[in-house]
Amino acid sequence: MSERKILRGCVALAEGAIAAGCRFYFGYPITPQNDIPEYLSARLPQVEGVFIQAESEIASINMLLGAAAAGARAMTSSSGPGISLMQEGLSYMAGSELPGLVVNITRIGPGLGGIAASQGDYRQATRGGGHGDYHLIVLAPNSVQEMYDLTIKAFYLADKYRNPAMILSDAILGQMKEPLSLDPPPLVLPEKPWALTGARGRKAQLIKSLYLADGEMEQHNWHLHEKYRRLEREEVLVETDLEEKMEVLLVAFGSCSRMVHSAVELARSRGIRVGFLRPVTVYPFPRQALREVSREVGKVLVVEMNTGQMWDDVRLSLYPGCRAGLLARPGGGIPAPGQILAEIENLVKAGDGIDESVYQA
Amino acid sequence: MNRIEIRDESCKGCQYCVIFCPRELVQIDKGRINALGYNPARFVDNPDRPCRGCALCAEICPDALIEVYRKEKGRS
Amino acid sequence: MALTKVFTRPDSLRDLDFHFCPGCHHGTAHRLICEAIDYHGIKKKTIGIPGVGCGVFLYNYFDLDVCEAPHGRAPAVATGFKRVLPQNIIFTYQGDGDLGSIGMSEIIHTANRGENITVFFINNSVYGMTGGQMAPTTLPGQKTTTTPYGRDFRTEGYPIRMTEMLAPLEGVAFAARVSLHTPSQVKKARKAVLRALDIQLKNGGFSFVEFLCACPTNWGLSPRQCIEKIDKEMLQAFPLGTYKDRQGS
Ligand SMILES: Cc1ncc(C[n+]2csc(CCOP(=O)(O)OP(=O)(O)O)c2C)c(N)n1
Ligand code: SF4
Ligand code: SF4
Repeated sequence: MSERKILRGCVALAEGAIAAGCRFYFGYPITPQNDIPEYLSARLPQVEGVFIQAESEIASINMLLGAAAAGARAMTSSSGPGISLMQEGLSYMAGSELPGLVVNITRIGPGLGGIAASQGDYRQATRGGGHGDYHLIVLAPNSVQEMYDLTIKAFYLADKYRNPAMILSDAILGQMKEPLSLDPPPLVLPEKPWALTGARGRKAQLIKSLYLADGEMEQHNWHLHEKYRRLEREEVLVETDLEEKMEVLLVAFGSCSRMVHSAVELARSRGIRVGFLRPVTVYPFPRQALREVSREVGKVLVVEMNTGQMWDDVRLSLYPGCRAGLLARPGGGIPAPGQILAEIENLVKAGDGIDESVYQA
Repeated sequence: MNRIEIRDESCKGCQYCVIFCPRELVQIDKGRINALGYNPARFVDNPDRPCRGCALCAEICPDALIEVYRKEKGRS
Repeated sequence: MALTKVFTRPDSLRDLDFHFCPGCHHGTAHRLICEAIDYHGIKKKTIGIPGVGCGVFLYNYFDLDVCEAPHGRAPAVATGFKRVLPQNIIFTYQGDGDLGSIGMSEIIHTANRGENITVFFINNSVYGMTGGQMAPTTLPGQKTTTTPYGRDFRTEGYPIRMTEMLAPLEGVAFAARVSLHTPSQVKKARKAVLRALDIQLKNGGFSFVEFLCACPTNWGLSPRQCIEKIDKEMLQAFPLGTYKDRQGS
């Protein structure tokens, strides 16, 4: 029984959260994500949920930590500077194995930067971002439909792995209106025997990230590491659109991947055999898929709205001998399909092997 | 007779109980060192000014080591 | 004649030696809170949230569900808990560095929202766990490892009085400062702790108890000298009393 609607990306995301059973939102205003708290401040009370405008992003993430430790599905959202302020809390959540959703509708950094769309937070999102040995589970939607679907998925993965998850999106996807079908999977909230609800009918229990005894911390980090390896084995999401005998493979994520896919179609209409690969989970990164695809193709072009952050992950994944160039727009500009096409044509002409160099569009 | 029991193996010798016992019935046992490395407190009742069971020592012990036993009826 | 046990460890306090230094009042505060939890019969629905400081190991001693919070953020974590579990009793336990310095924003706003939680605040005028640096509550002239010449108000400011700051906020139902340095003060402190939790049980709003405590190790004083210092210096800078009790008693 799927319902069709036309929604803005931020609203679709908020509805995805409601559909996932999230009833607690904590956040602090920052452009370009204000649509999320504004919408949820009206929507959550309708479903007996709680909306708190926190005094800061530091408070937001720690309210999320508390709600998660109490066993609830809960979320916060922010952008750039606000996400930076949350890093300590995220590290504690990962260390204490608490699920929860953080949405980053990115803006351009560093510093106060600007509010246009950017993918400059890729590294912060996928490496962990705070101190210590951990990762967030990071999903990067590229449509309003995915803003909805992947939000539901993020809550599910966060609970399954007891680890905070992030939606890495941007102002383009947040503001864009598109048709989507609201077709949520049946809501099954998992049991959380580890949650703190008072020691009734069981022994008192504890949620912490402090391990001082000899060897305890190392053991804990290996335990977390095993969880990340399992994520890499079992939860990678990737979209591909491949051809026989590809001359070039394009790799892009998020909003940028839409322009890239248009460019791929343009190139094909001109008789160039081009493939397309889009990481949907940017952590875990589709390393294996990329390695296999790049075996068939010598050249890869990465297109990103930053100075080449995912490019690093791509180059770590490629089949030996395959090289990757980069088309980068780190200033809020969106690479146009025509520019991307020109770069594809350059690459094809370049003969065997390419310079691993940065192309500024 | 009222009396107190000090869990002396856990005592840190801070002397708060010694300072606040109104009848000076708690002393530091200079002749003993417990496993924690401190001279522990010791209860030494005195028939001339016996323990009142007032529990001031227990109240002030920051390590919650003192139990107080009081006669059911009457005061001494 | 049969003897009755009239004073013993509270049930909520595990039978375990504290790691605190000799004469440290963290232990007394722990005991009073556990006694109040037992008195109200709320052990099975209480969740404790220690800040980061010498009190962080609260989870070893309290036989309750306990959640660690980042340094200073316990009131925000408690807010998250209380909104999910409004029927549970939620308290934080924070030092003066935790609450009055790095966590100043969280404590003020949590109090101002009138979150129905209880905050226990350990004011020992120094950073204990990190080795005795200046705290926002350090007394003028007090030597610490980062004020080796004594706290100079011209460059380092004055001790912050948290209870006086919080009490006027509309969201605050109860705010009291007590001391733990004599048996009679401990008895008064017990009443304040009971009252603070009672207010939360009655959905009365934010309740706050500040304890004046000794840190013999970082004050460089014997426990006996600490009692004197609290009596002569701390009580001057931090007057005791109930600064607010919205419901009366
Ligand atoms: C973000 C952050 N900064 C600094 C620290 C180091 N740190 C741990 S405890 C503490 C201060 C403890 O002092 P207080 O809150 O007064 O508690 P006490 O130990 O005196 O009981 C500090 C600065 C930390 N854990 N996290
Ligand atoms: S008050 Fe407690 S710890 Fe201190 S000396 Fe007495 S029994 Fe020992
Ligand atoms: S350092 Fe100070 S606050 Fe910490 S346990 Fe020792 S006396 Fe107590």
